[in-house]
Amino acid sequence: MTLVASRDGYGSALVKLATDPQVIVVEADLGKSTKSQNFRKILPERTISLGIAEQNMMLVSAGLATSGFKPFASTFAIFTERAFEQIRNGIARPNIPVHICGSHGGIHTGTDGSSAQSIEDLAIYRSLPNMLVLHPSDFNSAEQLTIQLANKKSPSYTRTARNKTPVIYDKHAASKLEIGKGAILSEGEDVAIIACGVMVSRALEAAEELSNIGINATVVDMHTIKPLDGTLISDLAEKCGCFVTAEDHSIIGGLGGAVAEHLVENCPCPLERVGVCDHFGQSGDGDELLEQFSMGTTHIIAAVQRTIERK
Amino acid sequence: MQPQWGRTVMSTENGTGNDFSSIEQLRECAKSCRRNIVEMVHRANAGHPGGSLSAIDILVALYKTRLNVDATNPDDPERDRFIMSKGHASPAVYSILHEMGYLSSEDLETYRVMGGVCQGHVDMTWTPGVDFSAGSLGMGLSFGLGTALAATLDDSPRTSFVMLGDGELQEGQIWEAAMAAVHHEVSNLKVFVDRNRIQNDDFCEKQMRMFDVAAKWQGFGWAVHECNGHDMNELVEAIQWLDSITDGPAVVIAHTIKGKGVSFMEDNPSFHGAAPNDEQLQIALEELK
Repeated sequence: MTLVASRDGYGSALVKLATDPQVIVVEADLGKSTKSQNFRKILPERTISLGIAEQNMMLVSAGLATSGFKPFASTFAIFTERAFEQIRNGIARPNIPVHICGSHGGIHTGTDGSSAQSIEDLAIYRSLPNMLVLHPSDFNSAEQLTIQLANKKSPSYTRTARNKTPVIYDKHAASKLEIGKGAILSEGEDVAIIACGVMVSRALEAAEELSNIGINATVVDMHTIKPLDGTLISDLAEKCGCFVTAEDHSIIGGLGGAVAEHLVENCPCPLERVGVCDHFGQSGDGDELLEQFSMGTTHIIAAVQRTIERK
Repeated sequence: MQPQWGRTVMSTENGTGNDFSSIEQLRECAKSCRRNIVEMVHRANAGHPGGSLSAIDILVALYKTRLNVDATNPDDPERDRFIMSKGHASPAVYSILHEMGYLSSEDLETYRVMGGVCQGHVDMTWTPGVDFSAGSLGMGLSFGLGTALAATLDDSPRTSFVMLGDGELQEGQIWEAAMAAVHHEVSNLKVFVDRNRIQNDDFCEKQMRMFDVAAKWQGFGWAVHECNGHDMNELVEAIQWLDSITDGPAVVIAHTIKGKGVSFMEDNPSFHGAAPNDEQLQIALEELK
């Protein structure tokens, strides 16, 4: 199994976007970590360093965007939050197409510990009007979706992961991905597992194990948290009748929250949310931490069994 | 009074600066703006007259003598940018945009009214001629740095002018941007600080002492000039000084009086964010004749 981090997919996309003369990379010191350094290496003249100053980075990006550039600004997910109000008032409110990437999202970030593990970024950016919110699951989808952002006229927030995870899409499959459309990775009628980020590969593992005990699961990579693909969720409510969400993020307000909102308003049916249950992380190996916090494959399987019982 | 379209041409033939009649025109324009400012705030029964009246002479001098903008083509990509970081002083911006032909008298009557083009704080999505959506202090210098860097990347002569309040210098983001502007050696970023010495709650000296403001900018590596922010001759010279700085960012600290032009508002923290009543409006308009 090939293992690559989704943040590398972001860096790879920036290199491919270098042929677009309007694309510009904006950094707040962490280009080595977010992988925007890949762009800097080939186009230093179109890479702007702003030092360790995230608030300034966001508004400089807004100024660039109103002058016709397509800024891609990145730092750790948690440090984008330091500039939340700048993003809210200076980017989202005037609907300026600045593309923000927060790497190192989630508990899976690992040994750096809880200060570096954003568990709330998807929730807070999802609450902003005009914002697109993406959380790709692997290298190729991160690359593909980032490339698509360059033509968007609205601001966006993309969360990538620090650590290596299985490659889920080959290049051809990734080329079919579309912002705003959930990707069905396996089909079954008993339950729908809606996952994002590093939890997608675990959802697929869970589905495989469930099939061995006669439970057939649909698995969706919901790489776009906002706008949520409500049509797909409604279709799956009819087809499967119950749901599990799986995310490396607080169960409050993120993917689980978004799916719950849609279901309650449109097609009420059982939902179990797998994610960070209202607590902060700690240091440790990423995979080990997901187990510790009840977010492993076995926990998805248990959630599936609970939600099916509630049908 | 009819709006004055376009820019006033400043005579520099005598080599010492500015033609008196043109300076007089600037003063008259500022007086007209002041009347509109107090009327807008009175009509809305809300808003920020003090910081608008302190800033308006600077805006008049800048728009009328220097800023390369055109009301008939407000989105021209090659226009200069004016970024009003102290976005609560929106009546000052709307009044000069009215003088420049962007806004009608009827538009001014929509200040703070639902659906109106003149929002409570300056907003680029609502008002033609507004380049930046402000309202949260401390952000405008960063935005101006972004537009200045963009002009450099485009090899364009367009210039970014930013107006900051002195109270908002207490925001850390200002100094993030100040450091970055010098690091990137942007010479097309020009800043005015409206040094009116009053913020929302009280005098700046009581809220947060800032000591030597000029020294702070100098310490960050900026070229610094100080002037009387209500003297049109000094303001025109300050603008010329800003243009003379070609090796980095430059800031003019304009010493102003909050509420300037209306006796009971002058240097009075109560009129940072309060509207005059009917009687006070009449007194103000009498003083601004």
